[in-house]
Amino acid sequence: MSVSAAGIRFEAVSHGFDDQPVLRGIDLHLTERRIGIVGANGSGKSTLARMINGLVTPTSGTVTVNGLDVRRQAKLVRREVGFIFTNPDNQIVMPTVQEDVAFTLRRRGLTPDEIEARTIEALERFGLTALADRPAHRLSGGQKQLLALAAVLVAGPSIVVADEPTTLLDARNTRLITGLLVSLTQQVIVVTHDLEVLDGFDRVIVIDEGRVVADDAPSVALSAYLALLS
Amino acid sequence: MIGLYRPGTSLLHRAPALLKLGLLAVAMVVVGLVADPLVLAGELVVVVALYAVAGIPPPAAWPQIGPILWILVFAVPVQVLVAGGSVEGWTTAGLMAGRLLVAVALAALFTLTTTVTAVLEAFQLLLRPFRRWVDADRVGLLVALAIRCIPLVAEIVHEVLDARRARGAQGSLVALAVPVVVRSLYAADAIGEALAARGLDD
Ligand SMILES: Nc1ncnc2c1ncn2[C@@H]1O[C@H](COP(=O)(O)OP(=O)(O)O)[C@@H](O)[C@H]1O
Ligand SMILES: [Mg+2]
Repeated sequence: MSVSAAGIRFEAVSHGFDDQPVLRGIDLHLTERRIGIVGANGSGKSTLARMINGLVTPTSGTVTVNGLDVRRQAKLVRREVGFIFTNPDNQIVMPTVQEDVAFTLRRRGLTPDEIEARTIEALERFGLTALADRPAHRLSGGQKQLLALAAVLVAGPSIVVADEPTTLLDARNTRLITGLLVSLTQQVIVVTHDLEVLDGFDRVIVIDEGRVVADDAPSVALSAYLALLS
Repeated sequence: MIGLYRPGTSLLHRAPALLKLGLLAVAMVVVGLVADPLVLAGELVVVVALYAVAGIPPPAAWPQIGPILWILVFAVPVQVLVAGGSVEGWTTAGLMAGRLLVAVALAALFTLTTTVTAVLEAFQLLLRPFRRWVDADRVGLLVALAIRCIPLVAEIVHEVLDARRARGAQGSLVALAVPVVVRSLYAADAIGEALAARGLDD
């Protein structure tokens, strides 16, 4: 892999839903380990984040992940990119916690023993061991988001994209989930309204009405964002 | 299965799901054919023993079996009345009640001791001979999603009812159904996306 292919690259990306422009002329090269995306509701953050793993395909322009064209190689890209949604309920497929984590590893040519070992390891890592046999849909909101993290990370992606992962959580669980996200070895891209989260980040991108209006170190980008609000 | 599974290490928990499924099917047929009240009573004793082996305490079994008792409270007298209150009428009604009870208790026992993953694997084994025509993996995923939908829709109904109550709205059944259907469709969409994101959309 050549140096320039690494990371996530948006080239002249524009997007519209039903002729309504949502993103315009986005050019970004995302290589930093910790990247935050902020902006008002409806500014296009989720659309941008979803393009990284091909849940949204841009009307024009291209998105590449480690040199893979998301439009044409979505399946390969999704093995590189783990995605955390705002509402973890939608991410739960299987009835119990352990089964849901194991579910991610289906169709990967692993033996049942390998699947079990990896699943147990992921549960341990996210403090879910005691809940392994519990019904997933009866967990608390914070526990569900922990489960979502475990279920995504058990597959070993190299990038994690999280779209407002703490918006539905209380302060304590927000801190827990944020702490875990920040501790990952993966490249992490977080869309958030929780600006404290972005303290130690390498880069913050501010989106407004479908455009990148600031792209800088957190302190600089966030003051631009706050100026935009007033 | 639907969050009813009770973790355990008993013989019944460890037995292969396919074997349990087969035995369950055989037992259902046998129970349906029993015509001797004594044999049926014997079967009831066996069922109770199986629950003991599985280590399922009565409080855990009750939610599965209780509802059928309510049905029987009404169905048995009706049966007896239809049969004209004769001794045979009582016997027939008693047999019917006993059969239902045994059948429901056995099905519940399967559910309480078998994970959904194990059931899916059993399905996949069953479908193997047909793999040229049926994608067992996909069928398994479909079954898992159908099972997942039950608590999800229940929760949506719950929230919509709460919201109605909070607004003091009474409204018709349609006024309840519309938001439930709309929200269920949104949830289905979101689940589809989450599946794709987990690389399981093929
Ligand atoms: N699937 C869709 N169909 C139509 N319009 C959409 C869809 N998804 C998002 N939009 C619209 O695109 C705009 C940007 O949405 P989004 O990317 O979700 O913003 P954000 O995440 O910043 O709140 C909004 O005006 C929203 O209504
Ligand atoms: Mg959004």
